[in-house]
Amino acid sequence: MSILKDAIISALGADAQFRDDYQRPSSTAFCTVPKGKFAEAAKAMKKSYAFLAAEWAAEETPWFAIFACYRWREEYLIVKAVTTMDDPSFPSITKRYLPAYRFERQMHSLMGVVPAGHPDLRPWIKFEDWPQDAYPLRKSFNTSKPLPYEKGEYRWVRAEGEGVYEIPVGPVHAGIIEPGHFRFQAVGEMVVNLEERLGYVHKGIEKRFESMSWQDGVKLAARVSGDTTVAHSIAYSMAVESMTRCAVPERAHWLRALFLERERIANHLGDLGAICNDAAFAFMLYQLSYLREIMLRTNHKLFGHRFVMDRVIPGGVSVDISEHGKKEILSELENILKNFEKLIVIYDESSSLEDRVRDTGRLAPEQARQLCSVGIVARASGLNVDCRLFNPFPPYDRFEISVPVLISGDVHARAWVRVEEIRESIRIIRYILDNIPDGPVSTAIENPAPGLAGFSAVEGWRGEIIYWLQSGADGSINRCMVRDPSSVNWLGLEQAIPGNIVPDFPLCNKSFNQSYSGHDL
Amino acid sequence: MNGSIVEILQIVILIGLAPAFAGWIKVVKCRMQGRTSPGLFRPYRDLAKLFSKDIVLAENASWIFRFTPYLVFGTVIIAGAVVPMLSTNLPLSLTADAIVLVGLFGIARFFTALAGMDIGTAFGGMGSSREMMVASLAEPAMLMAIFTVSLLCGSTSLSGIAGTVSGAGFIAKPSLAFAFFAFVLIALAENGRIPVDNPATHLELTMLHEAMILEYSGRHLALIEWAGMMKLFLFMAIGSALFFPFGIDAADNISGIPQAFVFLVVKLGAAGVVLVLIETGLAKMRLFRLTEFLGSAFLMATLGMLSFFILE
Repeated sequence: MSILKDAIISALGADAQFRDDYQRPSSTAFCTVPKGKFAEAAKAMKKSYAFLAAEWAAEETPWFAIFACYRWREEYLIVKAVTTMDDPSFPSITKRYLPAYRFERQMHSLMGVVPAGHPDLRPWIKFEDWPQDAYPLRKSFNTSKPLPYEKGEYRWVRAEGEGVYEIPVGPVHAGIIEPGHFRFQAVGEMVVNLEERLGYVHKGIEKRFESMSWQDGVKLAARVSGDTTVAHSIAYSMAVESMTRCAVPERAHWLRALFLERERIANHLGDLGAICNDAAFAFMLYQLSYLREIMLRTNHKLFGHRFVMDRVIPGGVSVDISEHGKKEILSELENILKNFEKLIVIYDESSSLEDRVRDTGRLAPEQARQLCSVGIVARASGLNVDCRLFNPFPPYDRFEISVPVLISGDVHARAWVRVEEIRESIRIIRYILDNIPDGPVSTAIENPAPGLAGFSAVEGWRGEIIYWLQSGADGSINRCMVRDPSSVNWLGLEQAIPGNIVPDFPLCNKSFNQSYSGHDL
Repeated sequence: MNGSIVEILQIVILIGLAPAFAGWIKVVKCRMQGRTSPGLFRPYRDLAKLFSKDIVLAENASWIFRFTPYLVFGTVIIAGAVVPMLSTNLPLSLTADAIVLVGLFGIARFFTALAGMDIGTAFGGMGSSREMMVASLAEPAMLMAIFTVSLLCGSTSLSGIAGTVSGAGFIAKPSLAFAFFAFVLIALAENGRIPVDNPATHLELTMLHEAMILEYSGRHLALIEWAGMMKLFLFMAIGSALFFPFGIDAADNISGIPQAFVFLVVKLGAAGVVLVLIETGLAKMRLFRLTEFLGSAFLMATLGMLSFFILE
């Protein structure tokens, strides 16, 4: 099965050069195209119904490399084009793929490559008060020197007309959440346009990776987005392991899956409560938070950390589970499931709550498809995407899982996908505990050889997380690209809001619940 | 003479006990949600904290913004003087009847809405416009409900109504039942309770009442918060005076006051529990469902009036 590969070959012929010695794992196809054919490749991909998973740039001195990663069901294909340092432009693929709009703005701001034909080159993530020519991801950028302040201006999209008014919200919000700015153009209570402005938690993570060792990198990956720490650690570790062709012990895979599913349940429980609370149904928040807290405490007791942070390392995991621990998790899950089902009956039968969540913040399936949404957002809008199902990383290739897909795309759908996933994850954990093989939980791992790239895709609780690692000529990390699901799903929120009333925004936002930190990096 | 003492006593009770009532609601609500409560006296500590804080005032704040907290506080106290909580024998009740009462709340709301717009923030204007939308629907319904009861008693004076209803003994009249249901819906809307507004939220975009007062701080905020608690207390007292007036002292003597006070506390305690049941069992409505909600309040009040003419 190589639909995408065939599509590229038939569209570009000999211009597309496939290499199978560079990109690992080898199941991820990799091809180089001439710069001028970059957009043509995107066109061929669009025709094959592929999604754009990520787009990024890397400095491979003495040139810049532009990458686009496409996905169709179980197949990933990375297209690379090279552009010179003197003329760092490349054809924009925004016209074919909407998510490229943000990716390319980000590449332009941070790496200084110019997407030719991009309609909107305002800075993204980088702030306007930075010097225009400071490109932090370039190798020549000096991280130890403070930058001079330059007064800049960010031009907002404005709606005009009688009765149109503007509501700026954030970046600092009233709740204890991350910062982000939302600007509404509204007529009365009806939102005409919502514009997001993110980047307030930009920490330079991608740059920081480049000065870290391969082993330490996983600690940074674990902190990309605190609530998804397990999934990010697994994704980073898998990318490194694919580069070294390290054979991770079977038991380690199963333990990783255990942590991943526990993270999924805990976050979904918290989200469901928060969604209800935004409709002023606080009862659910407190009850579900209580269940979530039980999980976190069990995590702390068995694995030494409430969020199981830093327990996944390249080569395996650093904690094991005892027979006693298994029993404890099983009885904990039984308790949680029993209470959870009672609460879901309340959610389901409360008509006043239903009135709020149905038809609110609708992201239509065709919109989700255009935006290449991933994870819970995509599955609530009719897209059957899940790396555990289509690109199964071990141990998910050993057993069947079922993935809920709903088509209404409203707040209720996003909540209900979570409900179904909690049930399924509990089932998966029970299966894991019954069938986990014995053996060691980690193995020694050497550093990747120079001149290689590693790729991984892991289904975190928000959705597909992608890591792409590249080793430089000296064997260190040359580039680490992190694509949190939030990088694409924030666009979905922006599209779901217009047509809704202003007071429904917090509810919609909570049902997406995207990470600011994972997006801003 | 006794009347003046009762009058003063009522106002002291209103000012002093309103935070405890707010605390009581919080306590019951926390129990209902399965968590420990911050205690009955939390609102007092909150007020003390706010009074001890400095005021942060926007540069472009006009006198309206500074004047409003005192005005709101003052109007609620005047309203408290005419609602028969302990006794129907209130000298001031001759000066203000139920219609004036609605007007007093109207003045407070009018100035709060102006203050919300005075600073010029987006949230303030948004809150003011939502509040006025609610007011335009709630006030006629409130008047209608009171008129229904007034018809029954031939007076718009609250003392008069309470006296007549309690004197007649408890007779289930359909008009009173309709008016009562209308009054409950209006009380929820007027006090910004779930399902109309969420008094506990931090989400500015969803706020009605709170959005107007977002810019207030220090003692200004304390006065507004306090007035809000008093208003809730007062609405419960009005409800009990109009529909369940037993226990309210009708004679002009002081000796009946302690008994009336016990009745008041019991009735308010029960009203608080009912309020919590409503608030825990319902989610907040979508903003534009409010028209249906308050429309049905108006309809109920109208049905009450019709049933008076047809049946009674």
